Amino acid sequence: MPKDGGIGASTKRREDIRFLTGRGVYTDDLNLHGQTFAVFCRSTVAHGKIVSINTAATEAMPGVLAVFTGQDFKDVGGNPAGWLINSRDGTPMREPKRPVLAHGKVRHVGDAYAAVIAETYAQAKDAAEQLAADTVIDELPAIVDMKAAVADPSNRVHDEIPDNLCFDWGWIEDNRAAVDEVFKTAPHVTTLELVNNRLVPNAMEPRASIGEYFPGTGDYKLTTTSQNPHLTRLLIAAFVMGIPENKLQVVAPDVGGGFGSKIYHYGEEAVVLAAAKKLKRPVRWTAERSESFLSDAHGRDHVTKIELACEKDGTFLAFRTETLANVGAYLSNFSTATPTFLHGTLMAGPYKVPKVYVNVKTVFTNTAPVDAYRGAGRPEATFSLERVIDKMCRELGLDQFEVRRKNFITPDMYPYTTPVGLVYDTGNYHATLDKALEMTDLAGFEARAAEAKARGKLRGLGLSTWIEACGIAPSNLVGVLGSRVGLYDAATVRVNATGNISVMTGAHSHGQGHETVFAQIVAEKLGVDATSVEIVHGDTAKIPFGMGSYGSRSLAVCGSAIDRAMGKIIAKGKKIAAHMLEAAEGDIEFKDGTFSVAGTDKAKTFGEIAFSAYVPHNYPLETLEPGLEETAFYDPGNFTYPAGAYLCEVEVDPDTGKVQVVAFHCADDFGNIMNPMIVEGQVHGGVGQGIGQALCENTTYDENGQLTSASFMDYAMPRADDVPFYNVDYSCQTPCTHNPLGVKGCGEAGAIGSPPAVVNAVIDALHRGGYDHVTHIDMPVSPARVWAAMQKH
Amino acid sequence: MYNFDFVKPSTLDEAVAALGGEDAQPLSGGQTLLPSMKQRLNAPGVLVSLTGIAALKGVSMEGRLLVIGGATPHAVVAAEVASAYPALAALAGGIGDPAVRNRGTIGGSLANNDPSACYPSAALGSGATIVTNNREIAADDFFTGMFETALEPGEIITAVKFPVPEKAAYAKFQQPASRFALTGAYVAKYGDGVRVAITGASEGGVFRWTEAEEALSRSFTAEALNGLSLPEDGMMGDLHGTPAYRAHLCAVMTRRAVTAAR
Ligand SMILES: Cc1cc2nc3c(=O)[nH]c(=O)nc-3n(C[C@H](O)[C@H](O)[C@H](O)COP(=O)(O)OP(=O)(O)OC[C@H]3O[C@@H](n4cnc5c(N)ncnc54)[C@H](O)[C@@H]3O)c2cc1C
Repeated sequence: MPKDGGIGASTKRREDIRFLTGRGVYTDDLNLHGQTFAVFCRSTVAHGKIVSINTAATEAMPGVLAVFTGQDFKDVGGNPAGWLINSRDGTPMREPKRPVLAHGKVRHVGDAYAAVIAETYAQAKDAAEQLAADTVIDELPAIVDMKAAVADPSNRVHDEIPDNLCFDWGWIEDNRAAVDEVFKTAPHVTTLELVNNRLVPNAMEPRASIGEYFPGTGDYKLTTTSQNPHLTRLLIAAFVMGIPENKLQVVAPDVGGGFGSKIYHYGEEAVVLAAAKKLKRPVRWTAERSESFLSDAHGRDHVTKIELACEKDGTFLAFRTETLANVGAYLSNFSTATPTFLHGTLMAGPYKVPKVYVNVKTVFTNTAPVDAYRGAGRPEATFSLERVIDKMCRELGLDQFEVRRKNFITPDMYPYTTPVGLVYDTGNYHATLDKALEMTDLAGFEARAAEAKARGKLRGLGLSTWIEACGIAPSNLVGVLGSRVGLYDAATVRVNATGNISVMTGAHSHGQGHETVFAQIVAEKLGVDATSVEIVHGDTAKIPFGMGSYGSRSLAVCGSAIDRAMGKIIAKGKKIAAHMLEAAEGDIEFKDGTFSVAGTDKAKTFGEIAFSAYVPHNYPLETLEPGLEETAFYDPGNFTYPAGAYLCEVEVDPDTGKVQVVAFHCADDFGNIMNPMIVEGQVHGGVGQGIGQALCENTTYDENGQLTSASFMDYAMPRADDVPFYNVDYSCQTPCTHNPLGVKGCGEAGAIGSPPAVVNAVIDALHRGGYDHVTHIDMPVSPARVWAAMQKH
Repeated sequence: MYNFDFVKPSTLDEAVAALGGEDAQPLSGGQTLLPSMKQRLNAPGVLVSLTGIAALKGVSMEGRLLVIGGATPHAVVAAEVASAYPALAALAGGIGDPAVRNRGTIGGSLANNDPSACYPSAALGSGATIVTNNREIAADDFFTGMFETALEPGEIITAVKFPVPEKAAYAKFQQPASRFALTGAYVAKYGDGVRVAITGASEGGVFRWTEAEEALSRSFTAEALNGLSLPEDGMMGDLHGTPAYRAHLCAVMTRRAVTAAR
């Protein structure tokens, strides 16, 4: 019987009522008394020297209140990278200072070098146009191609970095020689060069920020589109502007999607705060869609050579990869972690491969900064692995399912230490593969392919058996790996006097459904009705210091903090009950919202305990404090390791090269499931984004560094008719062994596991159609690329 | 967007007069013009709306000619010519999304002559006549190059007259992002021959593929096109397709249109 409430119920999302009826409150919806408007001047060249910015004419324009240039911020700034990565030779990464507004040089098209604040948006827009006309920028040759960037020391994105390299990272460097040795003697080696295409996140809501300053108290308030208001506050306070943390409130109200792009602190946030202080009026900015394309942190953009050494029977001996990872013009906050510790550490996949070596060279180019985007590093690892395994199976004529089974870590091997530094706590990869095959009706595939052929279509089947590390992250471990922050989270559970409950969480919901799921968990554990539970998030003035939402961490880390805080509430409630019932604390039991004395009918309801806590008339104050509010910080003991098997069926139109995904089966292991409907939604969204990456989305810069896919006219987002009806299963469950809810996280899974399944299916379709010279097609596998690949006989 | 003046006349004469003013430009559905104004790429001083002029709207038959008012939205064409000229209705129904189809108009589309737009291929493929406020222009003379037409400044498309063919179809291969035609072929069979117009392919904009027309006039079958191909010289190349790919698609889409024609 499906439950209709509590843990495991497909409770409908309570937040959707306001979202779907237009009552959400997003940053741009706020209108403040006396507000002013900021418009940014952005570079139209990829690389240039700022010769002069003449502000005189602009300042004289109607409505103009202030003009800011890079000069105004040259002594502040330094928006930092959150992870310090060392190169193979032990030297620390090169960390050019990231300014609030560019000064000296502009380094990518869209790089903001000035801002104009005016009474109206139209006035600010006109003034910014004037300022751009009064600005002289000498264009320099653009550095776009990564291979050229590292080869040519004469042309530099940052003058102090001769080879445009941020770092040259080896993982694990000590294993390099041993891995090379395996390749020398391996019976078979498969090599594949591939591109993991750059993506523009394209959240539905563009970035927006409002700065306020209160002269009476000296307090600042930033309302902004953030996935993690505390992190933003910390960055602004400690690194960028030096505003004391306790003088800065950061609020992220309803946020319309982020996918990673709203984790980071951006210069626009600092500008609206500085301008608000100067003008003593609110200053607002909302990105236009073109600005989003040009200046949001992009995702992916790896060029990789991967090699697989194996026995002739497909037993893996080693993986070796060489990757060039684009960071763009500046280091965005997570940009150094994404291609390294979110990528290299996953390069063993779900396989008991004995040896792995990963080399990543991270390269500065005159393009928008690149950072974590749904999956972040793990899609890149999974794509490389699952594509090269597929290629190896074809080269050796081996069954792709048997090869996976032969190499999977088996359930008796946990905890399993991989050669790339992780310890998988639990899993069952055979189970998810078997499940996916059952869902697929493998036996019927040949008939489906024959039927497609009769319609002139080539049908193919592609597999991806993926794993990720999420529930980011154990602070101890990431500290060793170079993180400059901890990645615990926090929750406060406040039981109000009238018995209803406010839960303040460090997680931030920008579409995920936390308000529903967290309330379900609290309702179940405290035995109260979910409607009496409110989830509060997104405001540093209300919530404890938490790290926000990304890396599929909300439930595993923030949810665990809520669980811990509830444990403290129950413990405190028992104390109060013992006092009220005149019993020993050890004799109090808590069940279904009732505190009772074991073996008696003496009991107090949750509401009675709450009321007593706030009306503590005869409390023994030495031993019992009034109130019923508890905070817990939870730092996970390990990552969580969701895994699964995805099977994709495509049909290729050989006349046009168009690929249609006709079936997609997902068998995932997310551990325990709190709300199946939301899990399915997350998988649908993730797989949709993965299909988008595999088939549609491409971010292209021309040789001058102009973004040629800078609008939806050229940047192809996946649409409803690009995706099939998904077939999603999460019944294979190996609960996480180290968090109290036994959950693993499901937010990124679909985006991680799906791209190789799609591309493998296309290659399969082409081989079945006789185009067996096609060994690989880079994403997006667009009609034009498929057709071109088919031509090369 | 820059400031501009807006007038919405109710007669053609008023519109023509208003367009005589400095920096004036007609506004029809605004689906092309307004986005370019929002991006400050276009800055007319006066917008003269055509959608308040009843005479420019609607669909009628004049003998064997289907007449569509210049300011008739795509959605109206899709709905109202479905039985009179199904291929044209299907083309109109495949443009953009419902919002675009409810605003965007045939006159705006033809005047704009986007090299990837759908309607120009229907007009050229049907041998239509473009009627303006002061003359009639044969489709063969109307499309003069990418985003170029025979229209004089201030000249308004008031109607388009389509001879209804025996059979026709439009086969559109969508550009993955914009969903305009990456390449599209419009094929129409008349008593005196077959016309084939290709959009989305040539750097010169919409054009007639005369070899295909000759072959199809002899035998209106997909097989009649076997061996025919267009050179890649002069084809557009961009993110979504090389000139060679587009040349290939011309033949594929023409075959598909022939097969689908009814
Ligand atoms: C999201 C989107 C998707 C689209 N998809 C497609 C597609 O798949 N296929 C396709 O073909 N098109 C597509 N379009 C374009 C659409 O069909 C437009 O409606 C059309 O190109 C212009 O028509 P309009 O009435 O909106 O013209 P407007 O934007 O009002 O005007 C366009 C130009 O024509 C001039 N003009 C307008 N009317 C007249 C007239 N009667 N006489 C003289 N000049 C005139 C204007 O001055 C302007 O220069 C799409 C547009 C959008 C926004």
